[in-house]
Amino acid sequence: MGRKNILSLLILAGVILALPLGLGNSYYLNVLVFVGIYSLITIGLSLLMGYTGQISLGHAAFFGLGAYTSGVLSTKFGVSPWLALLAGIFVTGGIAFLIAAPALKLKGHYLAMATLAFGYIVFIVFNQASSLTGGPSGFGQIPRFRLGNFLLRSDVHYYYLVWTLVIVVLLVSLNIIHSRVGRALRSIHEGELTANIMGVNTAKYKIQVFVLSAVYASLAGSLYAHFITFLNPTPFGFHFSIVLVAMVAVGGMASVWGAMIGAALLTILPEYLRAFQDYDILIYGSILLLIMMFLPQGLFAGILRLIKKER
Amino acid sequence: MDPILQIEKLKKKFGGVVAVDGVDFEVNSHQIKAIIGPNGAGKTTIFNLISRICPPTSGTIRFKQHKINELKPYVIAEKGISRTFQNVQVFENMSVLENVMVGRHCRTRSEIFAAIMNLKRTRAEEKRIHDYSLEMLSFVGLETKKNEAASNLTFQQQKLLEFARALATEPDLLLLDEPAAGLSVPEADEMAQFVYRIREIGITILLVEHNMGLVMEVSDEVIVLDSGQVIAEGTPREVQNNEAVIAVYLGERETENANHTKS
Repeated sequence: MGRKNILSLLILAGVILALPLGLGNSYYLNVLVFVGIYSLITIGLSLLMGYTGQISLGHAAFFGLGAYTSGVLSTKFGVSPWLALLAGIFVTGGIAFLIAAPALKLKGHYLAMATLAFGYIVFIVFNQASSLTGGPSGFGQIPRFRLGNFLLRSDVHYYYLVWTLVIVVLLVSLNIIHSRVGRALRSIHEGELTANIMGVNTAKYKIQVFVLSAVYASLAGSLYAHFITFLNPTPFGFHFSIVLVAMVAVGGMASVWGAMIGAALLTILPEYLRAFQDYDILIYGSILLLIMMFLPQGLFAGILRLIKKER
Repeated sequence: MDPILQIEKLKKKFGGVVAVDGVDFEVNSHQIKAIIGPNGAGKTTIFNLISRICPPTSGTIRFKQHKINELKPYVIAEKGISRTFQNVQVFENMSVLENVMVGRHCRTRSEIFAAIMNLKRTRAEEKRIHDYSLEMLSFVGLETKKNEAASNLTFQQQKLLEFARALATEPDLLLLDEPAAGLSVPEADEMAQFVYRIREIGITILLVEHNMGLVMEVSDEVIVLDSGQVIAEGTPREVQNNEAVIAVYLGERETENANHTKS
């Protein structure tokens, strides 16, 4: 995987360990839990979009499928949250597998439309299947995770749980990127037909990476459900799918680190911009616009280039 | 000599246009065979049918006695057919070495779970991929460029990179689509030397080329195609003296003017 990545992972782990000591305020910690949850999704999206070159405008649906499977099973059927999380992964992964084969035959705008439609259908199901999901008003009292007899109740607990999983997912993803499979994914991005003729089973790898990214989103969804303990359909709609893509684009598509930076920026920025009241969305939009105009490769690549120039 | 590739009654229609119209020919093991013909004669289409970029309308393609028309492109690569492209198709944003390593994909097997676990045998295989690919790069003389992005190479270097990438798949049959197109005279001569060297390692070569000097120099046999049909086949010398071939390339003496006014 390369010394640089191992070093970066260690630094990240150190920062994660140390941050709660410096942040007395639990509000910041709460925001960081969300940054972690969203990072899980954007890391998968960066594998799918940045490395393999396949767009998805439906990943909020996979996030929602994980959240709802976890929430419904643990609340209405008394399944333990950990098992519910696993069930969510299998349900979401299965659904992703079923739609991947036909959808990934499409390219560009058509794939975007197909995934968008899928996301919308799932959103409708969340709203309409009220006996299970509580419809538009949702349902609450979702149990929290337990480790043995220890109940994870505070933001600090969830902070450590979520970020441990982020490190695991990062490690898994970096291993894939620096392997024969990762090379195959990038060759698909560069020229799908050429890759196929050179001996890469392009359809298989596109399906695999799509399912993997859906599984990451599902994991994030389960963490979300057992952290917030309340679910309604709003966070899982089309709007959030777009925000996820924006996170990946702003951070830098072709890098899992960039995907995390994007998730952090687009989660933290709106919190700070609240001070500007009615103008917040205007400033938010302008900042994104400026980043994409002057750092089209994303923040991560832009920062790296600046550091290199300084030397 | 047994035929490694047998093409029978191959036909390809694009809408109303018949690009390949009932073509029959064979390629023997270890020979260098060239397909020539005017623009639009169907040469590249035949290549695209063999590597299954598009399906034939009818006819069969046999490779080592097995029918391959129904197979997916990546399976055809696994069976032992590789190719280069007329307009180079390198993976531009990947390094030169990585380009070749993609060619090694179909001869290796570590899948996604092995990659995630980063097993010892996965790392060992990755090392073998790396070493083999580097060997192919030195074969074409690009080992010093291994860490460059493929887009930084010159046109000729990109063509050589395609050679290395195709060789990394360990093909028995290599399809070269206009290896000398766009190259200067000395560069084209260098290409001819590479074609010989590839044959020396035991690879059969089928090539499409407009550069007659190169074709006549390297080929054992030449097929001449016109309007999707084979009009002549034989040694370079035989083909050069064939009247039908001369007619296609230079126009028939008596009817030249008549043809002109028609078209």
